[in-house]
Amino acid sequence: MLTMFRWIVWRDLTLAWRRRADVLSTLFFFIIVVSLFPLGIGPESQLLRSIAPGVVWVAALLASMLSLSRVFENDYHDGTLEQMLLTPQPLVLVVLGKVLAQWLVSEVPLALVAPLLGVQFDLEPRTLWILFISLLIGTPILSLIGAIGAALTLGLRGGGVLIAVLILPLYVPVLIFGAGAVDASITGGTVQANLYLLAAFFLLALVFSPWATSAALRISLE
Amino acid sequence: MIRLNSFNSPTHLKEIHQSMLEVTSLDCVRGDRKLFGDINLSLKPGTFLQVQGANGSGKTSLLRILCGLLAPARGEVRWQGANIRSLGEDYFTAVTYIGHRSAVKEELTALENHRITNGLAGVPLTKETAVAQLGKMGLAGRENLPARLLSEGQRRRLALARLLSASTRLWLLDEVLTSLDRAAVTLITSVIEAHLQSGGMAVVATHQELNLAAGSFDRLQLTL
Repeated sequence: MLTMFRWIVWRDLTLAWRRRADVLSTLFFFIIVVSLFPLGIGPESQLLRSIAPGVVWVAALLASMLSLSRVFENDYHDGTLEQMLLTPQPLVLVVLGKVLAQWLVSEVPLALVAPLLGVQFDLEPRTLWILFISLLIGTPILSLIGAIGAALTLGLRGGGVLIAVLILPLYVPVLIFGAGAVDASITGGTVQANLYLLAAFFLLALVFSPWATSAALRISLE
Repeated sequence: MIRLNSFNSPTHLKEIHQSMLEVTSLDCVRGDRKLFGDINLSLKPGTFLQVQGANGSGKTSLLRILCGLLAPARGEVRWQGANIRSLGEDYFTAVTYIGHRSAVKEELTALENHRITNGLAGVPLTKETAVAQLGKMGLAGRENLPARLLSEGQRRRLALARLLSASTRLWLLDEVLTSLDRAAVTLITSVIEAHLQSGGMAVVATHQELNLAAGSFDRLQLTL
């Protein structure tokens, strides 16, 4: 069972490496959106510090939307997804493998560059660290929930917009507690509470999302 | 509406009496159009079923129903007596489906494609076996080429290479012979013959005639 999971992850990572441009464009989108705010607002460090958590997190949500619409799209068009539905292993495993690969390729880089971008907002080192941690716990939730939307909108024209409309509302709790954790570290509130809630959301998404995604894939491929 | 002609050629199979795949009063509706209705089939080990019909008569839909990708509007498909919908993943250990979309990844090399397809099907191959199989399919020397550089026929050969290591009983092949040259058709025919001789079954949607020297031959004609 696990060998097949490894095949999926390895395959998707190889494919991502061969299509580096796709991955890099998402990352640059994130970097540019976040950097536009300090440029537009100017050197008002108090204001920048208070908007930083929201800006970085909203940019992360939008960047992950961009990459999510592609999770199943390519495999759907060349018929590979059909074959994945017909593997002798549970489809949930295939979905988990693909989501893990998507997270490693598209979301982890966001979390890694976020502290660097945070410097533009005059954040303290401790806050930068919390920003990194909150993104690291929060982005897997984005991948897991986003996979449901990607599976539901598979093969639809204008699926990219539809997926945003479907999924962004579901991202709201992640945004609130992710940005909340960073905000708390700036204003001196309780960071842990926010992070624990994020972790709880992650576990919840880990249980339900692969199952919902599998069901959506079966419907989309009929 | 449907004619089922049976040409049973002599076979030497022990379990010939027992039918493995049974289809009862199958209806297929796509959109609001009924493609076909009331199809009844039963496949015994060693049977080759050729599905024929005009474009749009539902050949692909029938194969997709048989492999469980598509739910029939009415009727059921049973594998060894159990409905395939209730068998779930267990059924997929017995089935190989090759659709007309060849499931070849353009960015991966021929070798990577072949090994990954087999890995996902639960038959992991060593590099040496995979190379040998590609050689047998006439792709020797092209193992490390990205699949996007292969011709249409070569991609088809690459997709069909998985039949060489498939240990499944039921093969569902949709338009497999398109864009294959004569040598490849002969090769695939011999692979299918060997499969039938070992008690396997094949349902093939094709317009071309296959000259099989083994197995019993059935034909299903779908009409518009």
